[in-house]
Amino acid sequence: MQDEPTPTELIKAVADFLRNEITPAIKGHNAFKLRVGINALDLVTRQLALAEAGDTAEAARLKQLLGADGSLMELNRALSEKIAAGEVDLQTPGLADHLWQTTMDKLAVDQPNYASYKRELGAK
Amino acid sequence: MIETELGRCVAAFCAGATGVTGAAKLSGGASQETWTFDIVHPDGNIGAILRRAPPGYGAAPGRAAGLDAEAVLMQLAHDAGLPSPKVMHVLRPEDGLGRGFIMARVEGETIARKILRDEQFASARPNLARQLGRVIAGIHSLPRAKLPQLRSMSATKEIADLEREYRSFDWPRPVFELALRWLRDHDPGPSSEVTLVHGDFRNGNLIIGPDGVRAVLDWELAHFGDPMEDLGWICVNSWRFGEIDKPVGGFGSREDLFAGYEEAGRKADPDRVMFWEVMGTLRWGVMCCGMMQRFRQGPDHSMERAMIGRRSSETEIDLLRLLAPRA
Repeated sequence: MQDEPTPTELIKAVADFLRNEITPAIKGHNAFKLRVGINALDLVTRQLALAEAGDTAEAARLKQLLGADGSLMELNRALSEKIAAGEVDLQTPGLADHLWQTTMDKLAVDQPNYASYKRELGAK
Repeated sequence: MIETELGRCVAAFCAGATGVTGAAKLSGGASQETWTFDIVHPDGNIGAILRRAPPGYGAAPGRAAGLDAEAVLMQLAHDAGLPSPKVMHVLRPEDGLGRGFIMARVEGETIARKILRDEQFASARPNLARQLGRVIAGIHSLPRAKLPQLRSMSATKEIADLEREYRSFDWPRPVFELALRWLRDHDPGPSSEVTLVHGDFRNGNLIIGPDGVRAVLDWELAHFGDPMEDLGWICVNSWRFGEIDKPVGGFGSREDLFAGYEEAGRKADPDRVMFWEVMGTLRWGVMCCGMMQRFRQGPDHSMERAMIGRRSSETEIDLLRLLAPRA
Protein backbone atom coordinates (compact mmCIF):
# COMPACT_ATOMS: atom_id res chain seq x y z
CA MET A 1 0.00 0.00 0.00
CA GLN A 2 1.35 3.40 -1.01
CA ASP A 3 1.40 6.15 1.55
CA GLU A 4 -0.47 9.41 1.68
CA PRO A 5 -0.89 12.05 0.30
CA THR A 6 -2.86 10.65 -2.64
CA PRO A 7 -1.98 11.40 -6.27
CA THR A 8 -5.02 13.68 -6.43
CA GLU A 9 -3.86 15.67 -3.41
CA LEU A 10 -0.35 16.00 -4.80
CA ILE A 11 -1.47 17.13 -8.26
CA LYS A 12 -3.94 19.59 -6.77
CA ALA A 13 -1.23 21.09 -4.58
CA VAL A 14 1.08 21.53 -7.60
CA ALA A 15 -1.70 22.97 -9.78
CA ASP A 16 -2.72 25.43 -7.07
CA PHE A 17 0.88 26.55 -6.62
CA LEU A 18 1.29 27.13 -10.37
CA ARG A 19 -2.08 28.88 -10.59
CA ASN A 20 -1.70 31.16 -7.59
CA GLU A 21 2.03 31.82 -7.28
CA ILE A 22 3.59 31.32 -10.72
CA THR A 23 0.90 32.53 -13.12
CA PRO A 24 1.13 36.19 -12.03
CA ALA A 25 4.89 36.12 -12.66
CA ILE A 26 4.87 34.68 -16.21
CA LYS A 27 4.21 36.61 -19.42
CA GLY A 28 3.90 35.95 -23.15
CA HIS A 29 3.87 32.56 -24.81
CA ASN A 30 5.03 30.84 -21.63
CA ALA A 31 1.95 32.18 -19.84
CA PHE A 32 -0.17 30.40 -22.44
CA LYS A 33 1.84 27.21 -22.01
CA LEU A 34 1.53 27.47 -18.25
CA ARG A 35 -2.25 27.73 -18.56
CA VAL A 36 -2.30 24.64 -20.78
CA GLY A 37 -0.16 22.83 -18.21
CA ILE A 38 -2.46 23.75 -15.33
CA ASN A 39 -5.44 22.63 -17.43
CA ALA A 40 -3.70 19.28 -17.95
CA LEU A 41 -3.19 18.82 -14.21
CA ASP A 42 -6.83 19.73 -13.53
CA LEU A 43 -7.90 17.20 -16.18
CA VAL A 44 -5.88 14.46 -14.51
CA THR A 45 -7.49 15.31 -11.17
CA ARG A 46 -10.95 15.02 -12.71
CA GLN A 47 -10.06 11.74 -14.39
CA LEU A 48 -8.78 10.27 -11.11
CA ALA A 49 -12.05 11.26 -9.46
CA LEU A 50 -14.51 10.28 -12.17
CA ALA A 51 -13.09 7.65 -14.51
CA GLU A 52 -13.66 4.56 -12.41
CA ALA A 53 -17.41 5.06 -11.95
CA GLY A 54 -17.80 6.20 -15.57
CA ASP A 55 -15.92 3.19 -16.95
CA THR A 56 -17.91 0.76 -14.81
CA ALA A 57 -21.23 2.17 -15.99
CA GLU A 58 -20.02 2.27 -19.61
CA ALA A 59 -18.96 -1.38 -19.46
CA ALA A 60 -22.31 -2.39 -18.01
CA ARG A 61 -24.20 -0.57 -20.78
CA LEU A 62 -21.96 -2.08 -23.47
CA LYS A 63 -22.48 -5.61 -22.14
CA GLN A 64 -26.23 -5.04 -22.18
CA LEU A 65 -26.19 -3.57 -25.71
CA LEU A 66 -23.93 -6.23 -27.19
CA GLY A 67 -24.98 -9.23 -25.14
CA ALA A 68 -21.28 -10.00 -24.77
CA ASP A 69 -18.50 -9.77 -22.21
CA GLY A 70 -14.98 -8.39 -22.44
CA SER A 71 -12.69 -5.53 -21.49
CA LEU A 72 -13.84 -1.97 -22.08
CA MET A 73 -11.54 -1.78 -25.10
CA GLU A 74 -12.87 -5.04 -26.55
CA LEU A 75 -16.47 -3.99 -25.99
CA ASN A 76 -15.88 -0.61 -27.66
CA ARG A 77 -14.21 -2.33 -30.59
CA ALA A 78 -17.17 -4.66 -30.93
CA LEU A 79 -19.68 -1.79 -30.83
CA SER A 80 -17.63 0.20 -33.35
CA GLU A 81 -17.61 -2.74 -35.76
CA LYS A 82 -21.35 -3.20 -35.43
CA ILE A 83 -22.03 0.49 -36.11
CA ALA A 84 -19.67 0.46 -39.11
CA ALA A 85 -21.44 -2.62 -40.48
CA GLY A 86 -24.86 -1.07 -39.96
CA GLU A 87 -25.90 -3.87 -37.59
CA VAL A 88 -26.53 -1.30 -34.88
CA ASP A 89 -27.85 2.21 -35.48
CA LEU A 90 -29.75 5.03 -33.80
CA GLN A 91 -32.96 2.99 -34.04
CA THR A 92 -31.38 0.28 -31.88
CA PRO A 93 -32.86 0.61 -28.37
CA GLY A 94 -30.28 1.99 -25.96
CA LEU A 95 -27.63 3.03 -28.49
CA ALA A 96 -28.32 6.77 -28.50
CA ASP A 97 -28.61 6.83 -24.71
CA HIS A 98 -25.37 4.92 -24.37
CA LEU A 99 -23.43 7.20 -26.72
CA TRP A 100 -24.81 10.29 -25.02
CA GLN A 101 -24.01 9.07 -21.51
CA THR A 102 -20.52 7.93 -22.51
CA THR A 103 -19.78 11.21 -24.25
CA MET A 104 -21.10 13.29 -21.35
CA ASP A 105 -18.85 11.30 -18.99
CA LYS A 106 -15.86 12.00 -21.24
CA LEU A 107 -16.59 15.72 -21.40
CA ALA A 108 -16.93 15.85 -17.61
CA VAL A 109 -13.24 14.89 -17.53
CA ASP A 110 -11.91 16.49 -20.72
CA GLN A 111 -13.68 19.84 -21.05
CA PRO A 112 -16.42 20.53 -18.48
CA ASN A 113 -16.50 24.17 -19.63
CA TYR A 114 -17.27 23.30 -23.26
CA ALA A 115 -20.42 25.20 -24.17
CA SER A 116 -22.19 22.25 -25.85
CA TYR A 117 -21.59 20.14 -22.75
CA LYS A 118 -22.91 22.80 -20.38
CA ARG A 119 -25.97 23.22 -22.58
CA GLU A 120 -26.71 19.48 -22.60
CA LEU A 121 -26.05 19.20 -18.90
CA GLY A 122 -28.60 21.93 -18.24
CA ALA A 123 -31.12 20.41 -20.64
CA LYS A 124 -31.11 17.05 -18.91
CA MET B 1 20.26 35.60 -37.76
CA ILE B 2 17.26 35.67 -40.07
CA GLU B 3 17.42 39.48 -40.31
CA THR B 4 20.65 39.25 -42.32
CA GLU B 5 19.10 37.02 -45.00
CA LEU B 6 15.85 38.99 -44.96
CA GLY B 7 17.75 42.26 -45.36
CA ARG B 8 19.56 40.96 -48.42
CA CYS B 9 16.32 39.53 -49.77
CA VAL B 10 14.17 42.69 -49.44
CA ALA B 11 16.85 44.84 -51.09
CA ALA B 12 16.37 42.73 -54.22
CA PHE B 13 12.63 43.39 -54.61
CA CYS B 14 11.90 46.57 -52.68
CA ALA B 15 13.68 49.55 -54.24
CA GLY B 16 15.26 51.77 -51.62
CA ALA B 17 14.98 49.24 -48.79
CA THR B 18 18.04 49.33 -46.56
CA GLY B 19 17.35 46.33 -44.35
CA VAL B 20 14.84 44.84 -41.94
CA THR B 21 14.12 45.26 -38.25
CA GLY B 22 12.04 43.69 -35.51
CA ALA B 23 11.91 40.16 -36.93
CA ALA B 24 9.92 37.88 -34.61
CA LYS B 25 8.50 34.41 -35.07
CA LEU B 26 4.71 34.45 -34.74
CA SER B 27 4.03 30.76 -35.05
CA GLY B 28 5.88 27.73 -36.06
CA GLY B 29 4.82 24.21 -36.73
CA ALA B 30 7.57 21.72 -37.41
CA SER B 31 7.60 22.43 -41.12
CA GLN B 32 6.15 25.94 -41.49
CA GLU B 33 6.97 29.22 -39.84
CA THR B 34 5.41 32.66 -39.88
CA TRP B 35 7.59 35.70 -39.12
CA THR B 36 6.69 39.34 -38.77
CA PHE B 37 9.23 42.08 -39.55
CA ASP B 38 9.53 45.64 -40.85
CA ILE B 39 11.28 46.55 -44.07
CA VAL B 40 13.40 49.63 -43.34
CA HIS B 41 12.75 52.21 -46.02
CA PRO B 42 13.58 55.94 -46.25
CA ASP B 43 9.88 56.69 -46.90
CA GLY B 44 8.86 54.86 -43.72
CA ASN B 45 9.00 51.27 -42.55
CA ILE B 46 6.82 48.70 -44.31
CA GLY B 47 5.18 45.94 -42.29
CA ALA B 48 5.76 42.50 -43.77
CA ILE B 49 5.15 38.81 -43.06
CA LEU B 50 7.36 35.91 -44.06
CA ARG B 51 5.68 32.54 -44.46
CA ARG B 52 8.17 29.79 -45.10
CA ALA B 53 9.30 26.23 -44.77
CA PRO B 54 12.81 26.62 -43.36
CA PRO B 55 15.75 25.32 -45.38
CA GLY B 56 16.07 21.58 -45.04
CA TYR B 57 12.37 20.90 -44.72
CA GLY B 58 11.20 18.74 -47.57
CA ALA B 59 7.88 18.30 -49.28
CA ALA B 60 4.75 19.59 -47.62
CA PRO B 61 2.40 16.97 -46.14
CA GLY B 62 0.00 15.28 -48.53
CA ARG B 63 -2.95 17.64 -48.22
CA ALA B 64 -0.99 20.89 -48.38
CA ALA B 65 -1.21 23.03 -51.50
CA GLY B 66 2.42 24.11 -51.07
CA LEU B 67 3.73 27.57 -50.36
CA ASP B 68 4.20 28.46 -54.03
CA ALA B 69 0.53 27.73 -54.72
CA GLU B 70 -0.47 29.68 -51.58
CA ALA B 71 1.39 32.72 -52.89
CA VAL B 72 -0.37 32.51 -56.26
CA LEU B 73 -3.79 32.14 -54.60
CA MET B 74 -3.27 35.07 -52.24
CA GLN B 75 -2.13 37.28 -55.10
CA LEU B 76 -5.12 36.25 -57.24
CA ALA B 77 -7.47 36.99 -54.33
CA HIS B 78 -5.77 40.36 -53.84
CA ASP B 79 -6.07 41.18 -57.55
CA ALA B 80 -9.76 40.24 -57.48
CA GLY B 81 -10.38 42.80 -54.74
CA LEU B 82 -10.87 40.21 -52.01
CA PRO B 83 -9.46 40.89 -48.53
CA SER B 84 -6.02 39.39 -49.05
CA PRO B 85 -2.56 40.80 -48.42
CA LYS B 86 -0.39 41.78 -51.35
CA VAL B 87 2.30 39.18 -52.05
CA MET B 88 5.58 41.09 -52.23
CA HIS B 89 8.05 38.36 -53.09
CA VAL B 90 8.23 34.62 -53.66
CA LEU B 91 11.44 33.21 -52.16
CA ARG B 92 14.14 32.04 -54.54
CA PRO B 93 16.86 29.53 -53.68
CA GLU B 94 19.48 32.30 -53.68
CA ASP B 95 17.58 34.10 -50.89
CA GLY B 96 18.75 31.36 -48.51
CA LEU B 97 15.48 31.48 -46.56
CA GLY B 98 13.93 28.20 -47.63
CA ARG B 99 10.67 28.03 -49.58
CA GLY B 100 7.84 30.47 -49.12
CA PHE B 101 6.91 34.08 -49.70
CA ILE B 102 6.80 37.55 -48.21
CA MET B 103 3.54 39.48 -48.02
CA ALA B 104 2.31 42.81 -46.73
CA ARG B 105 1.35 42.73 -43.05
CA VAL B 106 -2.34 43.43 -42.42
CA GLU B 107 -3.12 44.84 -38.97
CA GLY B 108 -6.03 43.34 -37.08
CA GLU B 109 -7.10 40.47 -34.85
CA THR B 110 -7.21 36.72 -35.54
CA ILE B 111 -7.96 35.48 -32.02
CA ALA B 112 -11.59 34.36 -31.98
CA ARG B 113 -12.25 35.03 -28.31
CA LYS B 114 -11.31 38.68 -28.78
CA ILE B 115 -13.24 39.04 -32.03
CA LEU B 116 -16.32 37.54 -30.37
CA ARG B 117 -16.14 39.52 -27.12
CA ASP B 118 -14.09 42.72 -27.36
CA GLU B 119 -15.95 46.00 -27.60
CA GLN B 120 -13.88 47.24 -30.55
CA PHE B 121 -15.39 44.52 -32.77
CA ALA B 122 -18.98 45.04 -31.57
CA SER B 123 -20.00 46.98 -34.65
CA ALA B 124 -18.29 44.53 -37.04
CA ARG B 125 -19.82 41.35 -35.59
CA PRO B 126 -23.44 41.69 -36.82
CA ASN B 127 -22.24 42.13 -40.41
CA LEU B 128 -19.47 39.54 -40.46
CA ALA B 129 -21.44 36.48 -41.56
CA ARG B 130 -22.90 38.29 -44.56
CA GLN B 131 -19.55 39.84 -45.40
CA LEU B 132 -17.80 36.48 -45.20
CA GLY B 133 -20.49 34.97 -47.43
CA ARG B 134 -19.55 37.52 -50.09
CA VAL B 135 -15.83 36.82 -49.61
CA ILE B 136 -16.31 33.05 -49.92
CA ALA B 137 -18.33 33.61 -53.09
CA GLY B 138 -15.44 35.70 -54.43
CA ILE B 139 -12.97 32.92 -53.70
CA HIS B 140 -15.22 30.41 -55.48
CA SER B 141 -15.36 32.73 -58.49
CA LEU B 142 -11.61 33.22 -58.97
CA PRO B 143 -10.71 32.62 -62.64
CA ARG B 144 -10.04 28.94 -63.07
CA ALA B 145 -7.50 29.44 -65.84
CA LYS B 146 -5.16 31.37 -63.55
CA LEU B 147 -5.32 28.98 -60.60
CA PRO B 148 -2.33 26.81 -59.71
CA GLN B 149 -2.39 23.05 -59.73
CA LEU B 150 -4.22 21.73 -56.65
CA ARG B 151 -5.56 18.41 -55.47
CA SER B 152 -9.18 17.56 -56.26
CA MET B 153 -11.49 16.53 -53.46
CA SER B 154 -15.01 15.14 -53.36
CA ALA B 155 -17.27 14.21 -50.48
CA THR B 156 -16.73 10.52 -51.23
CA LYS B 157 -12.95 10.89 -51.23
CA GLU B 158 -12.98 12.99 -48.08
CA ILE B 159 -15.04 10.35 -46.23
CA ALA B 160 -12.57 7.67 -47.30
CA ASP B 161 -9.60 9.82 -46.22
CA LEU B 162 -11.11 10.51 -42.81
CA GLU B 163 -11.96 6.86 -42.32
CA ARG B 164 -8.45 5.74 -43.26
CA GLU B 165 -6.88 8.23 -40.88
CA TYR B 166 -9.26 7.36 -38.03
CA ARG B 167 -8.62 3.61 -38.48
CA SER B 168 -4.85 4.21 -38.44
CA PHE B 169 -5.16 5.39 -34.81
CA ASP B 170 -6.50 1.95 -33.83
CA TRP B 171 -8.61 3.38 -31.01
CA PRO B 172 -12.33 2.59 -31.12
CA ARG B 173 -14.70 5.58 -31.12
CA PRO B 174 -18.33 4.56 -31.55
CA VAL B 175 -19.43 8.19 -32.12
CA PHE B 176 -16.95 8.61 -34.97
CA GLU B 177 -18.21 5.32 -36.43
CA LEU B 178 -21.75 6.66 -36.27
CA ALA B 179 -20.65 9.85 -38.04
CA LEU B 180 -18.76 7.92 -40.74
CA ARG B 181 -21.78 5.74 -41.30
CA TRP B 182 -24.05 8.81 -41.52
CA LEU B 183 -21.70 10.49 -43.97
CA ARG B 184 -21.60 7.42 -46.22
CA ASP B 185 -25.40 7.17 -46.10
CA HIS B 186 -25.86 10.88 -46.86
CA ASP B 187 -23.06 11.41 -49.38
CA PRO B 188 -24.65 13.89 -51.80
CA GLY B 189 -22.46 12.68 -54.67
CA PRO B 190 -20.33 14.82 -56.95
CA SER B 191 -21.03 18.53 -56.85
CA SER B 192 -22.67 19.87 -60.01
CA GLU B 193 -20.06 22.61 -59.89
CA VAL B 194 -16.43 22.23 -58.88
CA THR B 195 -14.60 25.38 -57.80
CA LEU B 196 -11.58 26.50 -55.86
CA VAL B 197 -12.22 25.73 -52.17
CA HIS B 198 -10.21 27.61 -49.55
CA GLY B 199 -10.33 24.56 -47.29
CA ASP B 200 -9.71 26.26 -43.93
CA PHE B 201 -11.97 29.31 -43.93
CA ARG B 202 -12.69 29.89 -40.22
CA ASN B 203 -11.89 31.91 -37.11
CA GLY B 204 -8.14 31.99 -36.64
CA ASN B 205 -7.44 32.32 -40.36
CA LEU B 206 -9.29 35.61 -40.76
CA ILE B 207 -7.88 39.01 -39.83
CA ILE B 208 -10.72 41.11 -38.46
CA GLY B 209 -10.75 44.83 -37.70
CA PRO B 210 -13.43 47.09 -36.25
CA ASP B 211 -14.50 47.60 -39.89
CA GLY B 212 -14.88 43.87 -40.60
CA VAL B 213 -12.80 41.28 -42.42
CA ARG B 214 -9.44 42.56 -43.65
CA ALA B 215 -7.64 39.43 -44.81
CA VAL B 216 -8.13 35.74 -45.47
CA LEU B 217 -5.04 33.76 -44.49
CA ASP B 218 -3.69 30.24 -44.61
CA TRP B 219 -4.52 28.80 -48.00
CA GLU B 220 -2.56 25.67 -47.15
CA LEU B 221 -5.57 23.38 -47.60
CA ALA B 222 -6.87 24.95 -50.80
CA HIS B 223 -8.15 22.46 -53.38
CA PHE B 224 -10.75 21.96 -56.07
CA GLY B 225 -14.04 20.59 -54.85
CA ASP B 226 -17.59 21.23 -53.72
CA PRO B 227 -17.91 24.96 -52.94
CA MET B 228 -20.39 24.15 -50.16
CA GLU B 229 -17.48 22.69 -48.17
CA ASP B 230 -16.24 26.17 -47.23
CA LEU B 231 -19.71 27.22 -46.06
CA GLY B 232 -20.03 24.08 -43.93
CA TRP B 233 -16.56 24.35 -42.39
CA ILE B 234 -17.08 27.84 -40.99
CA CYS B 235 -20.28 26.57 -39.30
CA VAL B 236 -18.48 23.80 -37.37
CA ASN B 237 -19.14 24.31 -33.67
CA SER B 238 -15.44 24.13 -32.81
CA TRP B 239 -14.99 27.59 -34.41
CA ARG B 240 -17.83 29.21 -32.42
CA PHE B 241 -15.70 29.46 -29.27
CA GLY B 242 -18.61 29.16 -26.89
CA GLU B 243 -21.15 31.21 -28.87
CA ILE B 244 -22.93 28.03 -29.88
CA ASP B 245 -26.18 29.66 -30.96
CA LYS B 246 -24.44 31.66 -33.68
CA PRO B 247 -23.44 28.95 -36.15
CA VAL B 248 -21.20 31.08 -38.35
CA GLY B 249 -17.98 31.49 -36.39
CA GLY B 250 -19.86 32.41 -33.22
CA PHE B 251 -20.94 35.74 -34.68
CA GLY B 252 -23.68 35.13 -37.25
CA SER B 253 -26.47 33.06 -38.74
CA ARG B 254 -26.42 30.67 -41.65
CA GLU B 255 -29.10 32.81 -43.28
CA ASP B 256 -26.80 35.85 -43.27
CA LEU B 257 -23.90 33.78 -44.57
CA PHE B 258 -26.03 32.42 -47.42
CA ALA B 259 -27.49 35.87 -48.15
CA GLY B 260 -23.99 37.31 -48.55
CA TYR B 261 -22.98 34.37 -50.73
CA GLU B 262 -26.02 34.91 -52.96
CA GLU B 263 -25.53 38.69 -53.14
CA ALA B 264 -22.28 37.90 -54.89
CA GLY B 265 -24.15 35.96 -57.53
CA ARG B 266 -23.75 32.41 -56.27
CA LYS B 267 -26.23 29.91 -54.87
CA ALA B 268 -26.01 28.20 -51.47
CA ASP B 269 -27.34 24.67 -50.95
CA PRO B 270 -28.26 24.40 -47.25
CA ASP B 271 -28.49 20.58 -47.27
CA ARG B 272 -25.04 20.19 -48.74
CA VAL B 273 -23.71 22.80 -46.31
CA MET B 274 -25.13 20.78 -43.41
CA PHE B 275 -23.51 17.63 -44.78
CA TRP B 276 -20.14 19.42 -44.87
CA GLU B 277 -20.70 20.73 -41.33
CA VAL B 278 -20.99 17.14 -40.10
CA MET B 279 -17.94 16.20 -42.17
CA GLY B 280 -16.01 19.17 -40.79
CA THR B 281 -16.91 18.34 -37.21
CA LEU B 282 -15.63 14.80 -37.69
CA ARG B 283 -12.58 16.11 -39.54
CA TRP B 284 -11.60 18.35 -36.62
CA GLY B 285 -12.14 15.42 -34.26
CA VAL B 286 -9.85 13.22 -36.34
CA MET B 287 -7.30 16.03 -36.48
CA CYS B 288 -7.37 16.26 -32.67
CA CYS B 289 -6.63 12.52 -32.49
CA GLY B 290 -3.82 13.07 -35.00
CA MET B 291 -2.29 15.70 -32.69
CA MET B 292 -2.24 13.09 -29.94
CA GLN B 293 -0.38 10.73 -32.28
CA ARG B 294 2.20 13.36 -33.14
CA PHE B 295 2.63 14.11 -29.45
CA ARG B 296 3.28 10.47 -28.69
CA GLN B 297 5.54 9.76 -31.66
CA GLY B 298 7.34 13.11 -31.70
CA PRO B 299 8.87 15.30 -32.96
CA ASP B 300 6.41 17.70 -31.30
CA HIS B 301 6.21 16.27 -27.79
CA SER B 302 4.46 19.31 -26.36
CA MET B 303 1.71 19.40 -23.76
CA GLU B 304 -0.32 21.66 -26.09
CA ARG B 305 -0.50 18.86 -28.64
CA ALA B 306 -1.24 16.33 -25.93
CA MET B 307 -4.10 18.44 -24.63
CA ILE B 308 -5.58 18.96 -28.09
CA GLY B 309 -5.93 15.17 -28.18
CA ARG B 310 -8.31 15.56 -25.26
CA ARG B 311 -10.49 17.88 -27.31
CA SER B 312 -11.67 15.17 -29.69
CA SER B 313 -14.50 14.45 -27.25
CA GLU B 314 -15.78 17.98 -27.94
CA THR B 315 -16.44 16.95 -31.50
CA GLU B 316 -18.17 13.79 -30.28
CA ILE B 317 -20.76 15.78 -28.34
CA ASP B 318 -21.17 18.12 -31.33
CA LEU B 319 -21.66 15.14 -33.66
CA LEU B 320 -24.30 13.75 -31.31
CA ARG B 321 -26.03 17.14 -31.20
CA LEU B 322 -26.12 17.08 -35.01
CA LEU B 323 -27.01 13.43 -35.60
CA ALA B 324 -28.86 12.28 -32.47
CA PRO B 325 -30.28 15.42 -30.84
CA ARG B 326 -32.04 14.82 -27.53
CA ALA B 327 -35.69 15.90 -27.52
